[in-house]
This record gives sequence, C-alpha cells and structure tokens, in this order.
Amino acid sequence: MRVDGKGLVNRDKAVSFRFNGKSYSGFEGDTLASALLANDVRLVARSFKYHRPRGILTGGSEEPNALVTIGSGAGQEPNMRATVQEIFDGLDAHPQNAWPSLERDALGVNDLLSPFLSAGFYYKTFTWPKAFWEKLYEPIIRRAAGLGALSGDHNPDRYERAFAFCDVLVIGSGPAGLMAALTAAEAGADVILADEDSRMGGRLNAETHEVDGQAGPDWAASMLDRLAQMDNVRLMPRTTVTGAYDQGTYGALEKVGHHQPRRAALPLECFWRIVAKQAILCAGALERPIAFPNNDRPGIMTAGAVRTYLNRYGVAPGKSVTVFGNNDDAHRTARDLAAAGVNVAGVIDSRGDAQVEGDFPIYTGGQVIGTDGRLGLNEITVRHAGGQRTIRTDCLAMSGGWNPSVHLTCHMNGRPVWEPSILSFVPSDDAIPGLTPAGAAAGHMSTAACLTSGVESAKVALQALGLKVKTTNVPKAEDGTYAIAPLWYVEGKGRAWLDFQNDVTTKDIKLAAQENFRSVEHMKRYTTQGMATDQGKNSNLNALALLADVTGRGIPETGTTTFRPPYSPVSIAAMGQDAQGDGFAPQRFMTSHKASVARGAPMIEAGLWYRPSYFPAQGETTWRQSCDREVNMVRESVGICDVSTLGKIDIQGPDAGAFLDFVYCNMFSTLKVGRTRYGLMLREDGHVMDDGTTARLGEDHYVMTTTTAAAGQVMRHLEWVHQALRPELDVSFISVTEQWAQFAVAGPKSRDLLKALIEEEITDESWPFMACGPATVAGVAGRLFRISFSGEHAYEVAVPARYGDSLFRLLVAQAEALGGGAYGMEALNVLRIEKGFITHAEIHGRVTAFDIGMERMVSAKKDCIGKVMAARPGLVGDDREQLVGLKPVGNIKQLTAGAHLFEAEAEAIRVNSQGYTTSVGFSPTLGSYLGLGFLRNGRARHGETVRMVDHLRKIETLCEVCDPVFFDPDGGRVRG
Amino acid sequence: MRYNALQVLKEGLFGNRGWKPVWRNPEPKSEYDIVIIGGGGHGLSTAYYLAKNHGLKNIAVLEKGYLGGGNVGRNTTIVRANYFLPGNSEFYSHSLKLWEGMEQDLNYNAMHSQRGLINLFHSDGQRDAFARRGNAMINQGDDAVLLDRDGVRAHLPYLDFDNVRFPIYGGLLHPRGGTARHDAVAWGYARGADQRGVDLIQNCEVTGIDVENGKVRGVQTSRGAIRAKKVAIVVAGRSGQVAAMAGMRLPIESHVLQAFVTEGLKPCIDHVVSFGMGHFYISQSDKGGLVFGGDLDFYSSYASRGNLPMKEHVMEAAMTLMPMIGKARVLRSWGGIMDMTPDGSPIIDKTNTDGLYIDCGWCYGGFKAVPGSGYSFAHLIATDQHHEPAAKFRLDRFRTGRGLMDEEGTGSQHNLH
Amino acid sequence: MRLTCPICGERDRREFYYQGEAVMLERPAPDAGDAAWDAYLHLRDNAAGETQDLWCHEAGCGSWIKVTRNTVTHKVLKTELVAK
Repeated sequence: MRVDGKGLVNRDKAVSFRFNGKSYSGFEGDTLASALLANDVRLVARSFKYHRPRGILTGGSEEPNALVTIGSGAGQEPNMRATVQEIFDGLDAHPQNAWPSLERDALGVNDLLSPFLSAGFYYKTFTWPKAFWEKLYEPIIRRAAGLGALSGDHNPDRYERAFAFCDVLVIGSGPAGLMAALTAAEAGADVILADEDSRMGGRLNAETHEVDGQAGPDWAASMLDRLAQMDNVRLMPRTTVTGAYDQGTYGALEKVGHHQPRRAALPLECFWRIVAKQAILCAGALERPIAFPNNDRPGIMTAGAVRTYLNRYGVAPGKSVTVFGNNDDAHRTARDLAAAGVNVAGVIDSRGDAQVEGDFPIYTGGQVIGTDGRLGLNEITVRHAGGQRTIRTDCLAMSGGWNPSVHLTCHMNGRPVWEPSILSFVPSDDAIPGLTPAGAAAGHMSTAACLTSGVESAKVALQALGLKVKTTNVPKAEDGTYAIAPLWYVEGKGRAWLDFQNDVTTKDIKLAAQENFRSVEHMKRYTTQGMATDQGKNSNLNALALLADVTGRGIPETGTTTFRPPYSPVSIAAMGQDAQGDGFAPQRFMTSHKASVARGAPMIEAGLWYRPSYFPAQGETTWRQSCDREVNMVRESVGICDVSTLGKIDIQGPDAGAFLDFVYCNMFSTLKVGRTRYGLMLREDGHVMDDGTTARLGEDHYVMTTTTAAAGQVMRHLEWVHQALRPELDVSFISVTEQWAQFAVAGPKSRDLLKALIEEEITDESWPFMACGPATVAGVAGRLFRISFSGEHAYEVAVPARYGDSLFRLLVAQAEALGGGAYGMEALNVLRIEKGFITHAEIHGRVTAFDIGMERMVSAKKDCIGKVMAARPGLVGDDREQLVGLKPVGNIKQLTAGAHLFEAEAEAIRVNSQGYTTSVGFSPTLGSYLGLGFLRNGRARHGETVRMVDHLRKIETLCEVCDPVFFDPDGGRVRG
Repeated sequence: MRYNALQVLKEGLFGNRGWKPVWRNPEPKSEYDIVIIGGGGHGLSTAYYLAKNHGLKNIAVLEKGYLGGGNVGRNTTIVRANYFLPGNSEFYSHSLKLWEGMEQDLNYNAMHSQRGLINLFHSDGQRDAFARRGNAMINQGDDAVLLDRDGVRAHLPYLDFDNVRFPIYGGLLHPRGGTARHDAVAWGYARGADQRGVDLIQNCEVTGIDVENGKVRGVQTSRGAIRAKKVAIVVAGRSGQVAAMAGMRLPIESHVLQAFVTEGLKPCIDHVVSFGMGHFYISQSDKGGLVFGGDLDFYSSYASRGNLPMKEHVMEAAMTLMPMIGKARVLRSWGGIMDMTPDGSPIIDKTNTDGLYIDCGWCYGGFKAVPGSGYSFAHLIATDQHHEPAAKFRLDRFRTGRGLMDEEGTGSQHNLH
Repeated sequence: MRLTCPICGERDRREFYYQGEAVMLERPAPDAGDAAWDAYLHLRDNAAGETQDLWCHEAGCGSWIKVTRNTVTHKVLKTELVAK
C-alpha cells in the first residue's frame, strides 16, 4: 500500500500496467515491484525446482525471485527483474514457470517430493533403463526446469554497440560515486559516471539520511545537476558496468528502451565498451538474507529493500511489518516504518546485547524459527530470550548484514579478502589495475565514510593521471557505527533457503558436506548454490559460512567461488544484434556485381565477396544447363569472367626478386620482365599455403596474385617475412586488390575479341603464353596478362577499378557478338577440373608440394619459407596421398566430392580408405563426370580401377585413376 | 554404496542421512606404484581404468586444487565422434563408445544425452569437406547424415534461413553426438577410482619430478615427497610447467577459450548446433541455460578469462545464425586454458624419461575424450604399449612430420588452430 | 585488451593479429638440423608469467610487433617493432 507523504515517485502521473492478466495502476518512477507492492500484490513468481510461491526479495538487479516475462509475441522478454523494470503505460508483465496459473502451479507437487529431490539426487538415479534418459527422464526434467520462455521468433528489436573513452570511470552514483566524480571532474579529468539505476544517487534515494543538512535525495539531485553542467562529465543512468577487462576496458549495458513503449527508432539496449585510464568502483553493498526455516514466503524481504520501497517509492510492503536482523542497520527499517506510520509488529535482533530503540515490541537474543502463509506470509514464530511466540505479520524485513559489491574486482581473478569487522569480503588490493574501490564497495558502511572514501579514491585516480586535486570539501553526514554479530542460518524444523531461485536449502549444503563435496567449488557445483541468475549475490556468503561450520573450518580458509562477468546478465542481442541478418561480416562486391545481377546470375558467397554462380540464358531451367553451355562457350568461342576477387599485391624495389624467391618455393628473380610465372607458396611447416601467378612488370616491379580466400593471410605473411625475417631486403608492397578490376577473357576467340579493344598489337610473338605488360584497353591505361585457368588461349585484362563496370559490360557484349558471353563459378570450376588445376579444395592446408606433384618446383638453389620442413620424412613418400584424376568406368557414372576411395573389392571401412575426392564436375567437353582427389601413392597407380564410396549420398562408383589433366594434356590450346 | 532410484526413495524417507562420502580423503603414502599428476577428467579416468582394466591398486592421483577443477569443470559439455583423420577418427569413436556405457559402468548419472549434433555448412566447398568428414565417420563405424537445407530446417526451424549473410546450405547430422553434465563425469570417475582403492589426494601440488639416471623415481609435492615407479602427467593447461620439472619442452602453447551460459529458459534448442562460418556452438542444458562458445581469444594466456572482442564475436555469430536467442541473457562467462598443439590434436605418449608418461595437448576438445584418454593412457602406463585407438598421438610427429592430424587444415605450426 | 603499436599508439586488441612466441624471430639456418627446426617451429617455453610474443597491427599500419607481456595477468610491459 502507498504511504502518504513518502517517496520520490511522481504522484501526479499515474501509469497503468498489467500483471498476470490484471490491470493495475502505479506512478511514474515506480518499478514493477514497487507498483505491485503498492497494489498489495505479493505473489509474483514460482521458484525453479520446488515451484514454491515467491514474492519480491530485494529492491535491485540482484533479485532472485521476482522474475517475470515482459510483453508477448516475438519481442517478449523472459526473466526480467520486477525490481528494476520501470513501469510505463501499457506494460504487460506475465508470471513464468507456473502452470496452469501462478496461484495454482501443478509442479508445486515438487515441493511435497522435496525429500527425494535433495542435492544431486539426479546423479544417483535415472540410469536405468539406459535408453530412457533421452526418451523419458531428460524431457521431463527439461520441461520442468528453465525459467521464462523465449518467443521462438527472430528477434525483432534493434540494439546498438558503442565505444567510449574517459580518464575516470566512476561506477555507481551513491555518496561515494558522486563525490569521486565531482572531485575528478573538478580537477579537469574526463569523467563518466555510470549507474545501473534509472535514478542516480544510490542508497541516498532509499534512506532518510541527510547530507550537509539536505535530505539525501535532494543532495544527490543537486550534485547531479552540478555534474551535468560540466562539459567533461558524462552521466550514464540505466547503465550497468558489467565486466572489467584488460588494460582498463569495461563492458557496460545501457538500457535505452525498456522503460517506455517500444519505438522502432529507439534501440532497446546499447552495449558500451568503455576504455578508462582509471576507474573507481562505488557499487555499494548488497544486503544478505538470513537462512531460517521457511524464509522464502512472499512478504519476506531484505530490510534494506523494505526501506527502499518505503522511502523511494512511498510503499509499505506490508500492513504489519516485523524486522529480523543481526546488526544495527536493520533497526533503521523499523524506525523509518514507524515514523511513516506503518505498524511495526516486532523487531527481533539475534544479539542478546543489541540496543534497539523504538515504539514497537523488541525481542533481543531472538530468532525467527518458522513462518506461515501459503501464498504469502501471515505469521512468524520467534524464539527469544523470554521464550517463544508467534507474531501476525504480512511482511518480514530481514538483514544478515551487508556484502560489499566486490563482483567486478573478481573479474580478473582477484580474490576478495575477509574483513571480520563487517563479517564480509572486501576487494583485494590491485584486483583490477587502475581501479580503486570506494564507499560501501570497499567496506565503508556509514554515509560519511562513503563520502570521504569517494574523495580519497578520486585522489588516487588523479595522482595516477598526473592531475591536481582542486577541491576536497567533504559534506557532513551520519557516521554511525555498523555493529554486527554473526548470524548466517537458524536451525529449526523445515527447510531454510539459501539460494532462493535454485531452491538450495541449508540441508543441501549439509548433505554436500556429508558426501564429501567439501571444497567450496564442489559444494557449489553439487548443490547448484550460487548458480542462479543472481550468481549467488544474495546467498553465497550464507552458504559459505554454513559449509565452514559443518566442515569445521573458518570462512576465509573455506574460500570463495569466483564471480564472473557479467555483473548482471547481458542479452545476447545487446552484444551482437547488429550481426543479425547480413551484418555478420562485411560484403565485398566486384565492379561487375550489378551487371551480373542484372543478367540474373545467382550471386554466391566467396569469402567476403559475392561471385556469380552462372548466367542463365533464356529457356534454361537448371544450373547444369547454364554451366554446360558456358563451358562449351569457353572451349568453342570466348567467355568473360570477373576474377577481381583474387588478391593482388604490388611489389616493388631492387630486392623484390630476392624477396619473392624467399616466399615462393620456385624462382622469381630469374623471371624476365614482361613475363608471368605460376608460383607456389609454402607455410613454414612445409605445407602449401597458396598459389597464384606473379607477373614481372619491370626490373623492380612485380604484381602477385593470390587466391581469393588467402589474400589477407598472404599479405600478412609477406609483412612477416619482410619485417621479421628479411628486413635487409629493399622491397615494398601493398595490396591493390581493390584498385584493379580484372577479367578473364578465355577461349579460342579471345584474341579476336581483345584486338577490337586493345590498341597494342596482340600476336603470339608480341603476347606469347605467360606474357604480361601494359595495354591500352578501350583508351584506358591497363594491363594485359596472357594467362589461363581454363586451358584455353586466354588473357586477363586489368583496368583501374573505376572502369571495371563499363569494361565488363563491354567485354560481355563483344563476347556475345562472337558467340560467347559471361561465365560464372560453376563453369570456371568445370573448366579447371578438366585441366587438373587446383584450388583450395585441393590445397586444403594438409597437402605438400609433393602431394600435388609439384615437388620439383621447390628450387634446390635457394632457401625459402617451408623448404626445410617440407623435407621431413613424413611429408614425402609413397604412403602419402597424391593428387590424381578420376573417371567413372563402371555402370554408375556419377562422382561426388568428399567420397572416399577404396580398392575395388575392399570393404568401405576406415582401415581400407586409400584417399578421397576433392572436386568433381560433369565435363560437357568430355561427356563424363571428372574428379580430382588424393589417393595413396596415386601417381604410380594411373590406370588402376578404384571404388569411390559416398556413404552419405549412397553412391558407389568404379573409377579409373588417371593423370589429373583430363583435357588437352599437351597444352596446345593454351599456346595456340 | 550403490546408487539407484530405490536408494533415493529410502534415503528421502529418512532425511538423506545415510548417504556416504563419494570418495575418501586419504593422506598421501610415501610410495605408490603409479602417481598420476592431475585430478581432472583425464587423470581421474586414467586412474579408474588403471584399477578396473589392469587390476592395479597402489595408485595416487595428486591434485593441486579440487577434483575436476580444470577444463572438465569449465567446458561446453559437447560429446561427439565426428573427426575424419586417421588417429583422431578411431580414438574419438572409441571414446564415444565408452561414453555410451559409462553411466552404468560407473553407477553414476552423468546425464549423457545423445540428442544429436548438427554442423552447418554455408557453401558447396564446405559441403564437400563435411561430406568427406561424414563418410570418414561412417567408415569408422559411427553415424552421420548429410542434410540439405530443408533437412536442416526440419530439425532446426528457428535458424535464420532467409535473411542472412551466409545462407545455410545444409548440415552434417551426427545423431549420437550430444552433451553430458561435465562435473558429474569427473565425480563419477573419481568415485569409481576411489572405490577401487585409488588414493585421490586434493590440495597436493606437485613441485618437482625426481629423475635418476634417466628413470623416474617419484615426485616432490606440497605435502612431501612421494616415491613412485611410474609417474603420469595429465595436467591440461599446465602441461608445460609440469613437463619442465622433468626437463621437457612441449609443442604446446596455452590459450584461453571462453564459454558462456545464459539464464535458464524453457526448452528451445534440442540439439547441439555448430555454425560453419565462424566458431560458434550451442546447446541447452537440462537446467535450461544455453551453453555456448566460440573460438580462442588468440593470445597465449593462463588467466582463465577472456576479453570482449571474442565475446562479442560469439554473440554476433549467435545473432546471425539464430536470432531467436537474442533475448536470452548471458549469466556467466569464463575461460579455460587450452593446451594447443601445432596440429590441433593431442598427445598420449611415453617420454624420454623411463617411467614418465604424458597425456596432454587436447586443445579445445578434451571433454569428450575423457573416457577414451583415460582408457588409452592407462593401457600405455600399465603395459608400456600404445593402445591402438590412441597409437597415433605421438610426441615426435611434429619433428618427423609423420601422422600429423590437422583436422582444420590450418597447418601444423602454432597459432593456426 | 589494448596494445600500444609503436607507430600508431594505443589500440584495441581487435586491430591486431596474434602470432605466438617471439622465438619465431630466430629462424634457423636451412642446415641447422631437425632438432633446431623442431624447436623453432613446435617447442615452446609457454611461460606462465612474463613472455615475449609477436603481434601484427593488421588492421592498422601492418607492423609486426614484439610484445613483452604477462600471460597470467595480461599486463603489457613493452611493445617494440620487430623490424629495427
């Protein structure tokens, strides 16, 4: 219920929303949790394992219970914390993990079966009969488990990513954070102040503290105003710093659209990578519950959360509230409630000597030993110095003490240190380089100490930055002591919850210890303690303390598990939505792309590039028809193919030849100017890295081509060889792949075509096979190479890329006039298979020059990359699989790639496998399927019949092993 | 004590007070026949099979931290036998067969779930490479099915088939592939080994290996010296440091591989799915979390944690492949230390020191190898003969070039895998 | 993670390609023998602690850089060009 005169919500602005199918009203500034409590809704969710009724435990992002699904349809968001979800008009929230309804959940039966569902019970059963696991047990477990549901539809929303840079990142905007940000900003540092909350100010907004005589929230607001005025300060509310990474990089999630109705223009979230020279962690502290019997009923909350709802939202979470704690801080809850006119039915303090003042019943030396109320708390049982009694209450505020928010300091393997004075862990020194913890996150538990700590931490950061501190005025505030005595759990009848969401109780921890899962990691993994969506923020310390007790150790020596990033969960979409659809990788388009698309060519991915698969002619209905026609066209007249995707590297300098001699296994320094040579490049491990032709355009000038796939790798490799291994060579190189458009003009009529376009005379004498040089192409200064990947008389003509589109159109038009045309990747592939030319299907990273029959290319006269290792005994020899051609010779005429090769009569099992096929295609030229493959000792087996077995496609073909060059083995056509 | 449903019922009725410790906490003896350094998945299974298959009893497993605290406790839990190169093929096939009888053998439910694994491909070239792989799997006696685009759609209707940078051409389905509850595998082997008399000694760090005249004599530990006739190193992630205690330098670089788990969700992904145009693989745990991972961070590291660039790359792959999971939130990310060998395949071999054996170099594939590795390593330790399915995992293959197993075709030199 | 390119300044890890230990700079002579080549290409100190390794500022100036770095903490101690 609302409490008059309390809270920071805007009572002039009512907001209507829905939960569990009913309409409610709240105010602007409410969270779903505060608005539900204002409407006296306590039952919000069901727990994970026992489907226990659950309400709201906390007032922040650490909430383990009140998880709901927001919205419905494609954009529905499961597992949203009601405690941080701001309400807006039209918000529609649904309970989850309950069927048929939140009030009557069928799987609530699990709660009755809990004796049989103790920690790790599933490891001890369900193994018989064996086949039942996948068929029966696992599906049942899977359906019962899980929290909310995804819609199953593609994500419909937009998310963003961004970079930010600053001198000082201040994480958290409570008293410490505000002072740290101001101190740093006034010294001239660029400051980012980030806070997960929509309203900055931290606990100041949830308490009744005064700072410098002002109400806490007012002081925070004035500080924020002041910071907002400064050009060197960036305030980032609703931004959770989620992870700490190397060299001052932080991940942060900004919630941009969750607090308002969906608008297409607005991203839902933005994931920030913040690079900060210094950081100050002012993330505050989180209150821990106490594990007493049946401590999980709706209405039982942390004491600090009760104050949050009262002071910030003007909501009393109950009509008659009780408070149970082991520290003085809990008493504030009673005092604030009483001051606001809410009935306090009792304060139970476990300490016999606790000093409690207030006009309400006080039970020192007391413990809550039981609770009652099926769907919400209505009664507690208290054992105290004077005996035992029951108290009617609909809200119990509990406090086991506060845990500094050390989580980020653990992200780089920092281990927090036990601090006995606050019975909790504090960050270890230098856990994150450049990050200073301050305020409650560093264990300072009074407002005054937090303010001071904020200033001091800023000084540390400023000193590291070499900046001078300008102001050091610390405002006045309460400086109370934080007295606490250990109370982690209460023994008694019934289960006492530690990890609320995962339903881990004190019995489970005891059982783990009994079964010798005594290491804290074993305990966690065996019981699932701390593995719920809060990563154990609420429960780890209690569980640890219990484990320490039952194993006879202290808490520090029992150890801790590690908090991992992210601090609070981050959607996959926030970190990757821009890759959805075609955003996963850049798209590279050839200059002929539009013309190819206009001709109806299906464009297929080739690395980052798109290349035409084939160019369908009128009447053709299958790719094979087009492919066969294009192959015939090249063999009989002339074809045009854009080959610009091949990597092109311009290499210049007096030592260019020597450099190429070192990176290629064959010689290039001896290549004559105006000639082109095929080159084979090895990795240092002796296997083939890449191949391609390199042209010598001048005494000191070469142009290397690489395969499309390996262009980047080769460029990096050349840089490596030059900078690291041969720095003495005077050579420079640069990628010119994008600068030149290059087209293959292939076929017996290729010269006829080019004659009409190129000013220079083209004859066998002036442009013999493998010649290269400058050429004037339709008036444009270009280059001409007489090289062939089809085995035909062919050229590649290159022009600056800006002329690529027009040249392609011109070439295709001219080719069509000669009875030819454009051809695509399918035909290119068949043409090269007919000639036994290899691609990365063959040089797939595991083959050597020896395997592809090119070992003689490895020059004996010089050292080169890969030469020594290629000579290892295992990389040469007859037992290696060698490149062969394959032709079908039996009744089955089809070949497939990826099939294995066997002796004709051998059983098709691993030990008999003799090789495999790499590339196959139907050759219209030879009227047969042709294949390339690798066969053990294959070069010596030409003429032998082997069996190709493709189990997957259920094809077996008898093949003749032959030379990989099927067509025109003498190479007459290429020279003619 | 035997585990079964009746026992669970009985104990449930009596407050679960009767459950016994899963393993003892023995003090280390001064001498063992065999000392296994490393109480991770591979070390524990090695101990188990030494006891079970070879009848050996006087064995200690020395673990620096807690049992199962290495990569067996921090992986993406995928179990498969879909390798294609000789050496790997027979080994992982054998290992998968062991998985299939493990739970009954160990009397421990490791939740091995053969839900099917689908590797997607996105070009004709990739299809052919996967066909070669699938055919090799069938040659080996394992199972594989080549799916076309519609076949994939029938299994995985939620993938983005229509509006995507790298369209899905098809997939290779490995029906016997799946997942398991990773910790339970370690615990099951630990329990089995303990029951057979193996001493599992936690919080016992090996600080030195004693070698005399080329023969191993024992180890120095944080809990004193322990003599041993044979010493086995099984310490993925720390192989280089421990091998150095015996003067060895290994062909290994340690890299960080990150993994991720989301908040619990109702069942939405029923298979293990792997993307073909970037490293990304995913499955859903029985608890409901989506468990997924990607490629190495690509820098040598012992930090057990990674950085944002690879995290984001993994999320990008997720979003292009299955934009359905965009609203799943990553709950936890962590890193494991990978023993990366030059060719991406492991090592199970003797060393130049008599009585000293090593099992390492599992790269990012060690989890599924837990049973097979232990089985074969135990065979090698007990008999001094290589076990046939692991006979090609030799330490000297890089020097000689014989039997390199470079499944990815990226090379047999460092940092290409 | 960030590295300082000696030419371009501090840059995000995304701009760099990683090669491996700096031992790759010490390429043996062709006749150094198989042990030397095995050590060069395969065997690694693989230090858990300070190490020197090689990175390429591939998405920047293309420089190859020798980085002195701690593999346990990821602290970067020094970066220098491999080309003197």
